[in-house]
Amino acid sequence: MRNVTSNMMLIATLLISGVPPALAASEADFKAAYAAAEAANKEAAGLRNQWTTTAATLAAAKKSADGGDFDQAVAQSREAEALAKASVFQATSEKERWKDMEIR
Amino acid sequence: MSARRAISLVTAALALAFAAPSAIAADTPNPMADAKAFQRYFTTKFPKLKPEDFVNGPYSMNEDLYKQWQEKEQFPPYEFALEAGKEMFGTPFKNDKTYGDCFPNQGIGIRQNYPYFDEKEGKVITLELALNRCREANGEPPFSYVKDEMASLTAYMAFTSRGKPFDIKIPDDPRALQAYQKGKEYFYTRRGQLNFSCATCHVQEPGRRIRAEVLAPALGIMNALPIYRSEWSGMGTTSRRLVTCNSQTRAVPINPQDEEYRDLEYYLSYMSNGLPISGPGARP
Repeated sequence: MRNVTSNMMLIATLLISGVPPALAASEADFKAAYAAAEAANKEAAGLRNQWTTTAATLAAAKKSADGGDFDQAVAQSREAEALAKASVFQATSEKERWKDMEIR
Repeated sequence: MSARRAISLVTAALALAFAAPSAIAADTPNPMADAKAFQRYFTTKFPKLKPEDFVNGPYSMNEDLYKQWQEKEQFPPYEFALEAGKEMFGTPFKNDKTYGDCFPNQGIGIRQNYPYFDEKEGKVITLELALNRCREANGEPPFSYVKDEMASLTAYMAFTSRGKPFDIKIPDDPRALQAYQKGKEYFYTRRGQLNFSCATCHVQEPGRRIRAEVLAPALGIMNALPIYRSEWSGMGTTSRRLVTCNSQTRAVPINPQDEEYRDLEYYLSYMSNGLPISGPGARP
């Protein structure tokens, strides 16, 4: 009874806190996440500032998807997107910030 | 309006009036002033070194390494490449012309003048680019820019210029000044996941170790190229050095001899004007 109560409490807490129940990612989820990461990395390429880690994480995501592990593939795609966005931010902010480092 | 507020406003207005022109001046490229400040930075940071010592890279920063290097120079690891380069340089192409026919003074003792800004083309021409253009103009396929034959050829050409001071010119052409400025911007721009610029290692930290390597100062860094690197177990060109630097900071390198790399080489070589060519070099 104590276990049942605990589980009920946990479920109730999760529902109240708005945490969605974990559902397995689908191939469509992966494709959407991967496309978003690729788009961000393409933007970085336009700024001549891609990171090797973005490419490596994209490759890992593809490998996970090929192996049917879409949860992992989606997580890796999102990580790749975050890396690509960081490289875009870096390139944009460095357009002026490089001057701070200049020897004068 | 209180007297204090009025004074503050006048002070701010005066500050703006005087600050504005200097901000504009700071953005206007002045290569001579830049080179002077650049060289002064390093000679002040390392007061015991003579300017020409900087061309020896990490060996000038570390006494133990310097001793190892002196011993190494008795049987230098770049010697095979140097010999191969000399032979290649003197061997005629299929059309009986030679590399020497593509260059001033038959290509001997001219390394210190590269890269230069070609006003006809409006771009920076490096020695590596000039060598491959020479090959293609004579019906030969281009070499890889990063090693082997290109390293051997540039090793020989550098050797014929040893001791000659870098003499990079920036002609009175706004495009040349723009190329110089772009090279400078590349040098100081942080890139890669590690958020490093070239200057992070070679201006802020020369002489310190990054893992097992002693970082070379940016001053004189071009003078020793191409180099034999123990880490590579072979020779590498300027292109190889730049590509490797990028990937070490986890940035995707651009293609060898892309405009950014040529401009960077132009800027860095100009910064070392007056310092002797010491290539080919050997590095840990």
